[in-house]
Amino acid sequence: MHKIESKNVELYYGSFHALKGINMTIEKNTVTALIGPSGCGKSTFLRLFNRMNDLIDGVRIEGSCLIDGKDIYSKEVRIEELRKRVGMVFQKPNPFPKTIFENVAYGLRVNGISHATFIEERVERSLKQAALWDEVKDKLKKSAMELSGGQQQRLCIARALAIEPSVILMDEPASALDPISTAKIEELIYELKSQYTIMIVTHNMQQAGRVSDTTAFFYLGELVEYDSTKKIFTNPTEIRTQNYITGRFG
Amino acid sequence: MNDFVKKFIERIIEGALMISSTVTTLTVLLITIFLFKEGISLFNQSPLEGDNIITVSANNKVEHISSAQIKNIFDQKITHWDELGGKKDSIILFTFNDLSTYFSDDEIGANFELLPHKIDSLVSNTPGIIAVFSKKYLAPNFKGKIVQVENVSLTQFISGEEWFPTANPAVQLGVLPLILGTLWVSLIAIVIALPIGLATAIYLAEVANQKMRNIYKPIIELLAGIPSVVYGFFGLIVIVPMVQKTFNLPVGETALSGSILLAIMALPTIITVSEDAIRNTPRSMKEASLALGANRWQTIVRVTVPYSISGISAAAILGIGRAIGETMAVLMVTGNAAVMPHSLLQPVRTIPATIAAELGEAPKDGIHYKSLFALGCILFLITLVINLWVDYISRKRSNYSK
Amino acid sequence: MDINTRKRLAENTAFWVFRILSLGVIGILFSILGFILSKGIGVVNWDFITKMPEDGMTKGGIYPAIIGTLYLIAGSMLFAFPIGLMSGIYTNEYAKEGFIKRFIKLMTSNLAGIPSIVFGLFGMALFVNGMGFGDSIIAGSLTLGLLVLPIIIRTTEESLKAIDNSFRHASLALGATKLQTIRRVTLPMAMPNIITGLILSIGRVSGETAPILFTVAAYFLPKLPTSMYDQVMALPYHLYVISTSGTNIAESRSMAYGTAVVLILIVLILNLAANALRRYLGKKYKIN
Ligand SMILES: Nc1ncnc2c1ncn2[C@@H]1O[C@H](COP(=O)(O)OP(=O)(O)O)[C@@H](O)[C@H]1O
Ligand SMILES: [Mg+2]
Repeated sequence: MHKIESKNVELYYGSFHALKGINMTIEKNTVTALIGPSGCGKSTFLRLFNRMNDLIDGVRIEGSCLIDGKDIYSKEVRIEELRKRVGMVFQKPNPFPKTIFENVAYGLRVNGISHATFIEERVERSLKQAALWDEVKDKLKKSAMELSGGQQQRLCIARALAIEPSVILMDEPASALDPISTAKIEELIYELKSQYTIMIVTHNMQQAGRVSDTTAFFYLGELVEYDSTKKIFTNPTEIRTQNYITGRFG
Repeated sequence: MNDFVKKFIERIIEGALMISSTVTTLTVLLITIFLFKEGISLFNQSPLEGDNIITVSANNKVEHISSAQIKNIFDQKITHWDELGGKKDSIILFTFNDLSTYFSDDEIGANFELLPHKIDSLVSNTPGIIAVFSKKYLAPNFKGKIVQVENVSLTQFISGEEWFPTANPAVQLGVLPLILGTLWVSLIAIVIALPIGLATAIYLAEVANQKMRNIYKPIIELLAGIPSVVYGFFGLIVIVPMVQKTFNLPVGETALSGSILLAIMALPTIITVSEDAIRNTPRSMKEASLALGANRWQTIVRVTVPYSISGISAAAILGIGRAIGETMAVLMVTGNAAVMPHSLLQPVRTIPATIAAELGEAPKDGIHYKSLFALGCILFLITLVINLWVDYISRKRSNYSK
Repeated sequence: MDINTRKRLAENTAFWVFRILSLGVIGILFSILGFILSKGIGVVNWDFITKMPEDGMTKGGIYPAIIGTLYLIAGSMLFAFPIGLMSGIYTNEYAKEGFIKRFIKLMTSNLAGIPSIVFGLFGMALFVNGMGFGDSIIAGSLTLGLLVLPIIIRTTEESLKAIDNSFRHASLALGATKLQTIRRVTLPMAMPNIITGLILSIGRVSGETAPILFTVAAYFLPKLPTSMYDQVMALPYHLYVISTSGTNIAESRSMAYGTAVVLILIVLILNLAANALRRYLGKKYKIN
């Protein structure tokens, strides 16, 4: 059984056809990079898996998306349960205007956990996993807004890890960061792979090459090519993929 | 040449634009000057009506007397001179109305030509006397003593509990009941309106779909556009009797009626301003919360409302400001009794209502007229503080979201 | 109960409470409108709006009050619209970012926050007494004009601000002066919203009572004004006097309902007009 699977997914924003018959399977504990020019549907595709697109008025989805073999759009699925299992990290760091501690504890609290020592332990563990613990352990009660951009993004990762998802969706998580912070995030993704299945949207070809096992190239709402990262970057089947990778468009 | 004329005309128009933009600034300035010029002149004026003077016998030690003391003497709450720092004599009051009990018509003459002399001897022969009469009946070499009446002071004005601006012979200008009445009615109004308004704002910003919003928004705009006198009229014929019946009161014109009406009138402001604030919460913030498994309600409570709290408080403050300044509706339903407010079910009187009700009857440049301008100053200052406060909050907010 | 059920229950409860409260707000409006309209619509007929009041204002019509209000609208707009428009243009198109602009804006918002009764006091002190106009249309119009000035300035400013700079640059690049650009490009595009602001301030002027109490409004006048130094009756003040201080309040009640209906209709029509205009002109100029 595949960890993640999409079968003939079509998505419309009103009358705009944003995803066209996407078929894709993703294995457990791998990193998949989604690449392609702006507006080709990468974020839309990513957001299918925690049903973030549901929030937008006028969205219509056809086909099926499976995680662990179960259709996440079926009636029995509770959307909040799903989002607990599928964490998400956004393009721009978006910590809440709360303390560092409360940011990480947020997902636990809204899911009904109130046991203080349990929360403390989990916060510490998540911050350690996100390689942020040493930098913030003395100022957990300080506002998250005081952290640097890179720290904020790792905080957002810790926040997602705290509710123990099995899948993590990352939408250009490093595009707003400086090279050093970017390197830290990439390192982190590599570490996290052993426990999580990760999908990452990126505009940075080198980054895709460095962190991912498989790569999917999207173009105008279509999945043009999906293969091992090595293959995509060295010997793509499709001419469009090759053009994009070599920087001839996009 | 033609070009030169064109340029010249452009300059003139630009000058006109610039001048126009100073009009508002100038108006605010002029309002301040006019209000305070009239208002402040209240404080170097004697509270005595007309050209009255107050006299006592020559060996009375009392030199000054305040308008509150005069009133208490008239009301016989003060009956002995020692209460005013004088001797133990009891106070004997003589006013122009008592003329016939003291003197016969013959004694004062047909045209009061003998009156000054009569008063003079009365005052000098009666140790405990206090005589209030017009200056024109003061004898040329008066043997009594004229007591100085203290001018209205700012502290008396603000802290005085009695508002009798036409009392004779000395007006009572205590605005505390009016200030408290205004705050009382307005605060209760906001206490009623804030939860409802906030709920509606959240509903419109976060729960309702676009279609619902398109229905609600114009209706709320309309609610804001209805003239306050129409609200007052509605209050008078619907809310007042309702309050009267519900609480079994002798009259329905009470603080509560005013608060309910003001709450209705403050709703559009509160809804619009706080909806804007809520809508300004960054989408990414809400998405982050939802992506962590929070539902929409949790996101509203834990993220959206805390994030927009300054905007929401601006809405509440603005609502209070509107309520404090509201005139006609309040005038029509609160009963306008200038007493210290003790309960919601009593008539109260607010500052704007006082100005509206009394300015028409106050003789120009008289003490009553000036005191109403002083009330206007208080109102102006309160709303100015509120405006600056809201401005400060919204500026802080826009800095924060940058 | 598991956490998901609890969460859903809380959400449903809260949302239903919100739905009901907001319905309540709408309900309030409809009960006010419904009540007054149902009681007063029967009173309003051709005679009511074209006849003088009779029998101590218990019968007849409200013609002079309508005329008075029209005069006040005309007078105040004649004064406030050009100044407000020019001021809005200046602050948005000419004034540089910085202290001056912020100060003007702060003053505008302060003026907007001053209670209307304070305008009444000011109008009495400056126009009625200071400038010696006495209780007159001109004093009342100027007072009301000042009251709505910030509304006009603000809508002008906001509609100008909403116009993308590329339009200005395009015009300037073709050699137009700043003023020509404003006159031929920016202002026409901003006009729909500015007119909307104008209409809303007309609504405000027609309903305000406190500013005219001591500057123009008359309890009863047997004839119409002949010059701008005359007093007039006005709709909102008329409603106020016949519902609170007439000699026979009970008998003039139906007149009061009728007057309230006329006032509500004015506001209703102006609101609808503003919305329709916004939509129609917005489409025409392809903005918003
Ligand atoms: N909320 C929305 N409503 C309408 N169209 C949208 C919306 N979000 C995205 N789109 C459109 O869908 C396409 C794909 O968008 P997106 O998935 O964000 O692209 P990418 O992340 O690859 O840059 C774009 O053409 C975009 O304009
Ligand atoms: Mg994207």
